[in-house]
Amino acid sequence: MTTSTTLGAPPRSVAGRVVDRIGGGLVQAVLVLIGVFWLVPTLGLFVVSLREETANNSTGWWTALTKPAEFTLKSYSDLLASGFTASFWNTVFITVPTTLLVIGIAAMAAYAFAWMEFPGRDALFLVVVGLLVVPIQIALIPVAKLYGTVGIFGSIAGVVLFHVAFGLPFAIFLLRNFFAGIPSSLLEAARMDGAGEWKIFSTVVFPLAKPAVASLGIFQFLWVWNDLLVALVFANTENQPMTKALQSQMRQFGTNVDILAPGAFLSLIIPLILFFAFQRYFVQGMMAGSVK
Amino acid sequence: MTNRLDGPQDPPGDTAGGSSPGPNDTLRPAPDAGPEVRTPPPGAPTGDTSAEDAAPVKPAKKATRLGPPPSMAIWFLLPGALLLGVMVIYPIIYSIFRSLYDANGDGFVGAGNYATIFSDSATLITIRNNLIWVVVAPLLVTAMGLIFAVLTERIRWATAFKLIVFMPMAVSLMASGVIFRLVYEQAPDRGVANAVITSVSGLFDSDQGYPDARPRENDQAPVAASQGAVVSKQPAAPGRAVLVPLVGVKPGSIASAAPAKAAQPGPGELAGTVWVDFTQGGGGAVNQVDPTEKGLVGVTVEAVRNGAVQATARTEADGTFRFTGLAPGDYQVRLPSSNFQAPFNGISWLGPTLITPAIIGAFIWVWAGFAMVLIAAGLAAIPRDALEAARIDGATEWQVFRKITVPLLAPVLLVVFVTMIINTLKVFDLVFVIAPGSVQPQANVIALEMWRVSFGGGGNQGLGSALSIFLLVLVLPFMVLNIRRFRRDNQ
Repeated sequence: MTTSTTLGAPPRSVAGRVVDRIGGGLVQAVLVLIGVFWLVPTLGLFVVSLREETANNSTGWWTALTKPAEFTLKSYSDLLASGFTASFWNTVFITVPTTLLVIGIAAMAAYAFAWMEFPGRDALFLVVVGLLVVPIQIALIPVAKLYGTVGIFGSIAGVVLFHVAFGLPFAIFLLRNFFAGIPSSLLEAARMDGAGEWKIFSTVVFPLAKPAVASLGIFQFLWVWNDLLVALVFANTENQPMTKALQSQMRQFGTNVDILAPGAFLSLIIPLILFFAFQRYFVQGMMAGSVK
Repeated sequence: MTNRLDGPQDPPGDTAGGSSPGPNDTLRPAPDAGPEVRTPPPGAPTGDTSAEDAAPVKPAKKATRLGPPPSMAIWFLLPGALLLGVMVIYPIIYSIFRSLYDANGDGFVGAGNYATIFSDSATLITIRNNLIWVVVAPLLVTAMGLIFAVLTERIRWATAFKLIVFMPMAVSLMASGVIFRLVYEQAPDRGVANAVITSVSGLFDSDQGYPDARPRENDQAPVAASQGAVVSKQPAAPGRAVLVPLVGVKPGSIASAAPAKAAQPGPGELAGTVWVDFTQGGGGAVNQVDPTEKGLVGVTVEAVRNGAVQATARTEADGTFRFTGLAPGDYQVRLPSSNFQAPFNGISWLGPTLITPAIIGAFIWVWAGFAMVLIAAGLAAIPRDALEAARIDGATEWQVFRKITVPLLAPVLLVVFVTMIINTLKVFDLVFVIAPGSVQPQANVIALEMWRVSFGGGGNQGLGSALSIFLLVLVLPFMVLNIRRFRRDNQ
């Protein structure tokens, strides 16, 4: 009696502990099942991408798990020989500049919102918050027309600009909130040293915001890397990223599995690496931006 | 969560207005605003709090403007403002006007395009589907996220589990679409979803169907087809053997079957053999059980008298069956039609009826991790004492969950739920990629229809603009919600 109170543990019967143990075991079993459920689709894609077309047409991919001799890289080598690499590089050329531009432009605006005073500042920021949820569909037709006039329809530059514009509200929102949390004493110190606004922004505030910039960067990168709709409208065949290249093969899904499976897998490899390497920032960014 | 990054920003935000003036005045000779008394910044809340904070310390300086002149801000805002203005704000205005004109943009049609949205059967289907999406998907995703978050709380390998469930967030919806096209393949020996269903249902029901088996159609055959079943032509009494020769069975399905044996009825038994009366490579006598011919296992056989089933038996591996304990008399032997039904051929996930639920399944696969991670963070922030106090007071785990955990989680659940609603309203890629071309009209959603109408061969940018405005109107309440929440958090 006394021991149990001092230990703070409620006295439990043997039966109660057995029930707990079984309950815990049940929870674990259920979670394992769910985990398998979540893994199997991706695993299936991977295995399918490693099998010959004829094998995929005759038996399910899971039968190959017991006979790894069936595995071959043929689909991958065929795919790379077919010019898929060009769309891979297009994806890179779209994603990297977009990410850098969004970070740079948004950081400047966020600095102004957080640390400068100007008339209409708060109202303007509310506009940014409002723009967070604007569907990109609204801009497809007008911007397509605009690009036609300017002559960048179909180009990588057009795709990048569109992504940058629609990435900005989230980026400004995220960075402003982070910038505003930087202790003002640091800025005062810099101002006392006679630093101008640009200098304070680039040497004090921006470097301090590395975690937020990392969150934003990874988010923006994945978002653009994985986009299909913008590319579908604004990129021509020559400049199309992987998502659009794959989409054009979907019409004959059955006969094109040997292109689609390795292509889809290649397209998700880099996001997955980034995700596992930076998942902390990914989660932080997601939480900071969950109003979106 | 929002609060975490939002939270700390308030005090510094205030100080920006309130306390930075000091040093700045001395160092920055000039901004024309310097000495002059300025009204607090337009954002009243920030201005007010800063006044309170600063007041006791340096009342005199509270209204002094510090830092750079407002004109400086223009340069920092210009690139972003230009892009947002040209690529987001202007298009909204343009679309509003464009939606009032016809396909080519020449003729003014007023609200005609909007009337089309609500009268055309194709767009009505998209609205119906979006409605299904909005009602079903956010609820399921939030519920699953909550369940996963709660279940993983006390598990040692929670991180591994979370990574696995969260991973689809990093994968493009395009690739997810390919992944689920493979999962939903109809043939049970190719699509993993139907393979699982087949093997699970196989545990309960081992019926082996012989869809193509049939009796020979000639007068010598002892059995004949009748309304899908196979019946013996001559009545048989106990003590007799009945032959049921069938043909047309696919060689593949009986490759490993045992050789058939002619049944030897015991006294008072009605026995018989169901077998494939076909000797591979030729030879063999018709209507005779030849040594290499295969028996059909698992066939249901009924003994029928006066139209009523008196007894039921199943064939052994060698195709034999026997009825014991039958009353004397004549019976007809019948193989009911259930023996000849096609085996389970897979659920048609990608067919017109199931396509939307199937795609919602893929959506849940993608987003459950998002919900789980957000809710788990909210869960971790719940004070343990509250839960402990309730438990000490004798509350059951379920009561603790219902009465304490869920109410405390409500703000997070709302964030997840609203985020999912917005996502389902905008859903495009998954539908576009998973639904095969022929069923896309049945799976269609507003965002996809907008693209199809304007770019995917429709060529009607008037209707496309109207659809995009419609979509914007649908997310408008959430825009307002966001703005209100933000203002509240910042006061």
